[in-house]
Amino acid sequence: MFYLTPRKEISLFFTISIPVISILLTIIFGFFIFSVLGFEPGKALYHFFISPLSRLDKIADLFVKACPLMIIGTGLVFCFRANIWNIGAEGQLIMGAVFAGGLALSFSETQSVWLLPSMAIFSFIGGALWALLPALLKIKLRTNEILVTLMLTYVASLFLDWLVRGPWRSPTSFGFPLTQYYPDVGLISKIYFPGIGNISQLHWGVLIAILICLLCWFAMEKTVFGFKIKLIGDSPQALRFSGFNESKTTITLFIISGGLAGLAGMIEVSANIGQLQPNISFGYGFTAIIVAFLARLNPAAVIISGLLIALIEVGGDSAQIALAIPKVVTGVFKGILLFFLLAGETLTKFEIGFNYHQKSSLND
Amino acid sequence: MTTKPVLLESREISKSFGSFLANDSINFDILEGEIHGLLGENGAGKSTFVKMVYGLLEPSNGTFYWNGKKIIIGRPQEARNFGIGMVFQHFTLFPTLTVIENIQLSLNDNFATHELRDTINKKSAEFGITVDPDIYIRDLSVGEQQRVEILRCLLQNPKLLIMDEPTSVLTPQESEQLFSVLKKLSETGCSILFISHKLKEIKKITQRATILRRGCVVSTVETADVSTEQLAKMMVGSNPQIVKPKTAKKSSAILVRISGLNRPADNPFATALDNISLNVKAGEIIGIAGIAGNGQSELMEVLSGEWRSTETIDIFDVLGTDIRNYSPHKRRLLGIGFLPEERHGHSAVINMKLTENTLLTNHNNPVIQKNNIVKNENLEKLTTNIIDKYDVRTPFQNPQASSLSGGNLQKFVVGREIIKKPRVLFVAQPTWGVDIGATKFIRNALIDLANDGCGIIVISQDLEELFELADNICVLFRGKLSESKPLQELSSQKIGMLMGGEDLHSESKGH
Repeated sequence: MFYLTPRKEISLFFTISIPVISILLTIIFGFFIFSVLGFEPGKALYHFFISPLSRLDKIADLFVKACPLMIIGTGLVFCFRANIWNIGAEGQLIMGAVFAGGLALSFSETQSVWLLPSMAIFSFIGGALWALLPALLKIKLRTNEILVTLMLTYVASLFLDWLVRGPWRSPTSFGFPLTQYYPDVGLISKIYFPGIGNISQLHWGVLIAILICLLCWFAMEKTVFGFKIKLIGDSPQALRFSGFNESKTTITLFIISGGLAGLAGMIEVSANIGQLQPNISFGYGFTAIIVAFLARLNPAAVIISGLLIALIEVGGDSAQIALAIPKVVTGVFKGILLFFLLAGETLTKFEIGFNYHQKSSLND
Repeated sequence: MTTKPVLLESREISKSFGSFLANDSINFDILEGEIHGLLGENGAGKSTFVKMVYGLLEPSNGTFYWNGKKIIIGRPQEARNFGIGMVFQHFTLFPTLTVIENIQLSLNDNFATHELRDTINKKSAEFGITVDPDIYIRDLSVGEQQRVEILRCLLQNPKLLIMDEPTSVLTPQESEQLFSVLKKLSETGCSILFISHKLKEIKKITQRATILRRGCVVSTVETADVSTEQLAKMMVGSNPQIVKPKTAKKSSAILVRISGLNRPADNPFATALDNISLNVKAGEIIGIAGIAGNGQSELMEVLSGEWRSTETIDIFDVLGTDIRNYSPHKRRLLGIGFLPEERHGHSAVINMKLTENTLLTNHNNPVIQKNNIVKNENLEKLTTNIIDKYDVRTPFQNPQASSLSGGNLQKFVVGREIIKKPRVLFVAQPTWGVDIGATKFIRNALIDLANDGCGIIVISQDLEELFELADNICVLFRGKLSESKPLQELSSQKIGMLMGGEDLHSESKGH
């Protein structure tokens, strides 16, 4: 049988070479799959990997797509590091958008520049409240947060559905389930580059997302708070010994991850949609789980992994449109890429050994 | 006396883990019906060697011979087929099953229960092991559980029985009983490989002993021909360091005052603490003896503040402050240090670096953090200080705690608390699993601390440790603490009786 032992030191060589090998293997497998299914493999791979990077405006679109993934992903890193499995970021995103939207719609005539910051704060509170529910249930009643957060996602989604079809539906929407447009001061503007103008949809929210990731990295690596999070994950007993309060820390982590998901929802709506509608997220809250793990639970690396996942998503769309490759095939290809990346990740941390019947290692 | 035939022989057995050589060309033999001691410090390679004999590990090199025939022991199952049985240091019984059910589980053949009950009764009568086959394991004392383990091995009619540190969990009286069982067993022709680092036991019960040091055989001796001092010298290498005398002047200032401390049991396997009272004066070391599982970990949690209550504790004052509701964090700010028994995941996090383990109990120190931002430079400096001052041997700069040996990690966590010069220190099993050199070092550090006026409570199962350290000793038995008595008034015999709950009624006149 084979077994895995942790590497003593993770070498720089492996850190760099293994992702490269993973991507090469994906390309080889993709080449094979596309040819068997009768698509031109060269073209398909071009649409997956090259086309989204071929022009400045397409790269800008990657950042726009990655923006919510980064914000949610970095929040989830905090939870996952502490072995808290908040998988309901999608619902927290929706509640964040609802809170911010409610504010924008109540002040639809305002000209105040304070609307946008207030919406940001409201969205954070909305997402945080939606995450606080499973947090309190977990602490008080020992419920499993995986189930509760997941279930609350559907509640949030249906709540939004009801709002936009019912009380918040715009009288001028011809019966479509849409709210009024937000006032201009409630929208996030595109970044204006002097001499170039706007680059596609690139907006200020992207910059905020990157700043949040860096800030979270600092909190995780340089502060006592970050140390606390690692302690909860590694050893709750040591956390108590250290004198920290486990429940308080758990609640804080739910608030942070939920709040950030809520903020991502507000940014998504204010920057790209401008009104509430039944679907405001394309599963960002779920995709962000992969983003967090792909970043090895490092908040700064979430920037990279968010962009990578965005590349796969955009590349998949591009291949579907250009070559009429069915969605399931692009889905398979995405799966292969993630499989190799995550398997490679394991190999950078562990080495494989083979033996026949050795079972135990030195324990004294 | 004719020489008995050799049962098991090992020739040039080696075992390496990566670059670390745990066993280096071990030549060893055990005769039929012999009780053979395997003596060595922690980490000397004793467990590695017997694991190879029992088929749990595969030798990197070398051969075993069984009755003169070359054999390969691939799995424990094969070892049992040869007639090798093993009683582990940590028992492998299910607490929620009865004795007979536990034994049934380990047998290859299906026995009818009544048939098995007869066999068990016959075997236990033969060797004087009294165990009720229908009692639940959870209701047995540790010594009784060990007897079940032995009984389980005996049903397979072993020719060689390996006992891994069997007395580490027993009272002196229980050890005596064990020895008489082992003697009877050896008279029937069964060989016994007896692993220990306690010299007196080796001297007392074994005919021959093989001494291991750093993975090599130092010597095999007839135990009747050597003194315990000679054995110690072979085991440790040089003359062991002596523990310093205590010089602290007795002060009458009471630092810790505990009275009417109760704690209900959280779960069926926990021990409730029952009306514990205790005072600690400056410069005094109080030893709390007792067998594991009599409330030690529960008491330690109360002392550290991981468990708190203002309702069930009447008085718990330290330095004149009522700390019943103080978190561990607040207690540290008051100048209290504490160190629970378990290093892995409690007093240290093994997946974290040493600097982070320093931060574990120093995150309230303004030198280490300002506005919650960790000052890495100062943290590294403090860590290096602990490493230098307490002779912690690390493989490289700032490694993960997991790469330190048990003794070195213990020196590190003890050093981490002592370097803060606490005014009161609560410590459990300070030298558990630590080799002799580091043990003496840690004990000396504790005595230095007491000489400087610190009041210390040491909870330990190791009587030798308490005799070296403590001024006063009390015994914890089923959650009750006996009256503390000056060391001079106690013999190990007396403490052993208390540890077994023998004369608690004479102690209970106080309540």
